[in-house]
Amino acid sequence: MADLRVNIAALKLINPVLTASGTFGYGIEYQDFVNLSQLGGIIVKGTTLQPREGNPYPRMAETAQGMLNCVGLQNKGVNYFCDHIYPQIKDIRTNMIVNVSGNSPEDYAECAERINELDCIPAIELNISCPNVRHGGMAFGTTTDGAASVVKAVREVYSKTLIVKLSPNVTSITDIALAVQDAGADAVSLINTLMGMAIDVEKRKRVLSIGTGGLSGPCIKPVALRMVYQVAHAVRIPVIGVGGISNAKDALEFLLAGATAIEIGTANFLDPTISVKVVRGIDEYLEKYGFASVKEIIGICE
Amino acid sequence: MKKYVLDLRVTSAEPYGERYLLLTATNSTEPLPEMCPGQFAQLRIDDSKETFLRRPISLHFVDYEKNEVGFFVQNVGKGTASLWGKRPGSILNVILPLGNGFTMPISATERILLVGGGIGIAPLLFMGIKMQIMGTHPTFLLGARNKSDLLRLDAYRSCGDVYVTTEDGSEGEKGFVTQHSILQEGKFDRMLVCGPKPMMMAVASHAKSIGVPCEVSLENMMACGLGACLCCVENTVDGNVCVCKEGPVFSIDKLKW
Repeated sequence: MADLRVNIAALKLINPVLTASGTFGYGIEYQDFVNLSQLGGIIVKGTTLQPREGNPYPRMAETAQGMLNCVGLQNKGVNYFCDHIYPQIKDIRTNMIVNVSGNSPEDYAECAERINELDCIPAIELNISCPNVRHGGMAFGTTTDGAASVVKAVREVYSKTLIVKLSPNVTSITDIALAVQDAGADAVSLINTLMGMAIDVEKRKRVLSIGTGGLSGPCIKPVALRMVYQVAHAVRIPVIGVGGISNAKDALEFLLAGATAIEIGTANFLDPTISVKVVRGIDEYLEKYGFASVKEIIGICE
Repeated sequence: MKKYVLDLRVTSAEPYGERYLLLTATNSTEPLPEMCPGQFAQLRIDDSKETFLRRPISLHFVDYEKNEVGFFVQNVGKGTASLWGKRPGSILNVILPLGNGFTMPISATERILLVGGGIGIAPLLFMGIKMQIMGTHPTFLLGARNKSDLLRLDAYRSCGDVYVTTEDGSEGEKGFVTQHSILQEGKFDRMLVCGPKPMMMAVASHAKSIGVPCEVSLENMMACGLGACLCCVENTVDGNVCVCKEGPVFSIDKLKW
């Protein structure tokens, strides 16, 4: 077996495979299918300072090789998370990472500060890229100043590994990545969903309750891969690749493009066991081509 | 209840006209896991280029002697249509059992009416079979557009009393299930309903008006089926909850209907 360990700043992963926020619940939902301790980490559902009901149903539309969603960050708030969910997940033997979202830099910071106190949460992923909420979310992720303001506010109160999840719905994702790096991010993850739309021709109306949603699944992989390649060549902090990864070959493409780790998202819906299969597939590839460590292939694509 | 991802082997694929298909599948290697009436499975759809996600399909029956599970499927789009390509021997990848089923009878004398409309009759058979095993006699009220859409009546008759309505009057009483005399005159302790939403809402409102507890099975569009994606939510008295995890069966007291 090859050495699969990678580091995201101070965060040590046993392998580069994480599960993406909003696609793996709190990990518990997948316990019947996957030995969670075999994963590099689990990024749990987006958490906000206050509870959020999310957007009305319908929130999902199937597309060719993908799906649109407009869940809108439904969650019970950070206090509920700390009091009721954290006790259930703190003993899961992998890196439990919390995805954090908010309406203002102060919101993000207060939420992050609460999570900073939790011993078994070694990192957060700041979601400045949710396309499905009116305030906050993507609003911060589409300008360099907005992105930097959130990261700065959080960095002041958050001492552990700070990952920032970037939106692809921008002119230059590299500029945003550089801005959050300068503001103190330890790593960036990309991409969040691409903003899209579906129309029901029978009803002659838009399918999703708020009209638009975030596109995920294999259909976005080439876009994500290009952005990861560009960002990885521009920043000096680690990059986590996410977007349509459905098998080990997809994951390897992101590693070769320069990602230090990858997240599996929508593919969890089709095969709840896919995450551990990708871990095995990466190992088999490394063995086959004689790489002793996964670190040897990160960013080596010509 | 523990959930499994299984590669089942199709033992029979029996079409009922062009719109319905009875798929029966077995687990070749091990006994099928414990499953409850009202729960569902996520069927993997691999042969369609235009679809992507699994399809949630209710459990029509589970035969532990034959180690078989049955799915009664209606062709409602490209995803379900691709199941028509299944043949005996085909692999059917499923995640099951998912969600919470109907409340089981509390006594052998409990009078339970199972109301089904269209393909919504599917999960009621499993419930009826289970009730019969427990010594409770089920009464079915099944509605369809016309006689040719009234399917597998013999299977329902083999475990309980069956009353029928058709919209055109070609079989049983003419009209909707809510207009059937058994619903108006019969005395029931509980009603379990599965069918199109307007029909479930009508039965639920009738049940409410006469003070009879009622459960309905919802079929909101789902992605994961595991309570992870939060796409299939229903707005309940407890806020937005996942139909796949907290349902698909809900007491009508929980719903904002």
